[in-house]
Amino acid sequence: MKLRLPFAPLVALRFLREGRMQTLLILAGTAGGVAVIVFLTQLITQLQAQIVDRVLGSQAHVVIRPLEEANLRAIDDPAFATLIEPRAQRLRSIDQWENVARLAADMPGVTAVSPMATGPAFALRGQASKSVALMGVDPTLYRRIVRMDEYMLSGRFAVEGPRAVIGTELAKDLGIGLEDKLRVMLPNGRDELLQVGGIFDIGNKDLNRRWVFVTLPLAQSLLDLPGGVSSLDLTVADIFEAQALADRLKGATGLTVDSWMQTNAQLLAALRNQTVSNNLIRSFVVIIVALGIASVLVVSVVQKQKEIGILRAMGASRAMILQVFLIQGSLVGAVGSVIGSLLAFGLLQTFSAIYRNADGTPLFSAELEPRFILMAALVATSVGLASALIPARRAARMDPVQAIRS
Amino acid sequence: MTAPVIELTGLTKTYNIGTPVETEVLHGLDLSLMEGEFAALIGPSGSGKSTLLNIIGLLERPTGGRLAFAGRNTATLPEAEITQLRGRSIGFVFQFHHLLPAFSALENVMMPAIIAHGAPSDALEATALQLLDAVGLKAHAYKKPGELSGGQQQRVAIARALALKPRLILADEPTGNLDTRTADDIFALLREFNRDSHCACLIVTHDPRLAARCDRVIRLVDGRIADDLPTA
Ligand SMILES: Nc1ncnc2c1ncn2[C@@H]1O[C@H](COP(=O)(O)OP(=O)(O)OP(=O)(O)O)[C@@H](O)[C@H]1O
Ligand SMILES: [Mg+2]
Repeated sequence: MKLRLPFAPLVALRFLREGRMQTLLILAGTAGGVAVIVFLTQLITQLQAQIVDRVLGSQAHVVIRPLEEANLRAIDDPAFATLIEPRAQRLRSIDQWENVARLAADMPGVTAVSPMATGPAFALRGQASKSVALMGVDPTLYRRIVRMDEYMLSGRFAVEGPRAVIGTELAKDLGIGLEDKLRVMLPNGRDELLQVGGIFDIGNKDLNRRWVFVTLPLAQSLLDLPGGVSSLDLTVADIFEAQALADRLKGATGLTVDSWMQTNAQLLAALRNQTVSNNLIRSFVVIIVALGIASVLVVSVVQKQKEIGILRAMGASRAMILQVFLIQGSLVGAVGSVIGSLLAFGLLQTFSAIYRNADGTPLFSAELEPRFILMAALVATSVGLASALIPARRAARMDPVQAIRS
Repeated sequence: MTAPVIELTGLTKTYNIGTPVETEVLHGLDLSLMEGEFAALIGPSGSGKSTLLNIIGLLERPTGGRLAFAGRNTATLPEAEITQLRGRSIGFVFQFHHLLPAFSALENVMMPAIIAHGAPSDALEATALQLLDAVGLKAHAYKKPGELSGGQQQRVAIARALALKPRLILADEPTGNLDTRTADDIFALLREFNRDSHCACLIVTHDPRLAARCDRVIRLVDGRIADDLPTA
């Protein structure tokens, strides 16, 4: 049994095959355009995801803190010139933090809540003294905020009793290793002897130098926050919903609620600009490809004038002729998107082999997500169809007599 | 009693209406063609033969007058129906064959049926092969028009015109660029089909020898029928 194509695709394919050089050129143009779009999109999506991932690797999506203390005007009258000095912020606990934590945990979209008692301290060993941040956490809960286990160089992320977890830079600065001891001293005069139970490298030297994890109760007693916590860290399901969620929490609790999107506003703006310029490039490529397909088809319509006249004389309707050229456009788009996706895959392979991070790992993976191939196929086919519209209408309107007489 | 396939009454055709170069090419023609009739259309160059043929073939609309096809007034038919009527009931043979170069001889012969039915089928292919056999080209069925001689191409065009067993065959100088022997062959083919299928044929020719072999000779001069006589 032979494959029997219906009239319009049969003639469309034959016309494309007949105009070999034109078809090849326009296919190459379309494939090139698709390759650029798919490659760029895949690359930028991956790099942006990596950047966001890296940023969020060491911070909570949303943080709840007590309201900042502010001095109020005693006489609330603008006629009185008053100088209001910002008040120094003392370390305070979130009021009834267990209730706030429960409320946050019940909020849809929140996947983890971890209480933390944190404050400044000095880490001492011998003559060395370093300023650090004492972080009192429940390790089980905190793991769901920052994936600490992935960052451990030695030991485990398990704080208990006087056992603490410190960063690799601090360990180096103090010249200590696993199971060694260090002393922390607080501004209020309290101090404690800790034992190193784990050393981490979170990929940020500053944090590696400053973070000292201890148990929540130990931090509470050292910081004079009995039973209190200075912040609640939250993980959310959709990271780009973090700000909306933070606003809702702020409304519900009246506390200070910050999302990573606020703390990293500059980064987000940069990512957004990158997306805008990527869209701009993609739009230009789409327009150029569309113009290419349209111009080749316009020429083809003129060249095929006689054939169109013959087909019309044999009973082909205007609609049938229209279809023939629309199919040619979509076919060029569809086939171009397949070749273009293959090209993009090749580009990704090549570039991921060439461009590497400082540690030798590829800057991006050579993977091509199926959704981008699907997107390319849909866009290219629709662009092909749309670009064929004007030439196809010209073909359909053509006077068959004119073609036959000449 | 045979019925008229086409009837023209007071048919006119004017080109470039409303412009300084407006020209009336056909000036009120009355003409009818019966089933099974085999007529020649002759006349000097520029007399309007091709124009008349294109109007009868529903490729062009007349400016005035009436054109009835198988008793139906074509002026009131919508474009879609005109197109369908043209495809299924009229077979064209042009001077320069007008085959589709991208398709094989067989596919060219099948094309009217593909258009009428929407897609090719084994039955259509078998019919087309029979037709090619009838015009003596079975061996060349899979060749492209470019690989055939002028006479062979014209035979393919005739096979194509006959594909849907039309009620009317219109041929515009079908033997115009062929040598005498080949021209005779082509003419004989048309005549044979006319006898077998009882379709009406209208053939434009400049060859008095061929015109004399038709049933009837219509002579057009300056867009008017000068005479319309049966041959002896
Ligand atoms: N589209 C058109 N616009 C203007 N004038 C036209 C058009 N088509 C044909 N004519 C004119 O109509 C007249 C008749 O042309 P037609 O082609 O019907 O003549 P013909 O009898 O077939 O001539 P020939 O024997 O040379 O083929 C000619 O004067 C021609 O210039
Ligand atoms: Mg002519």
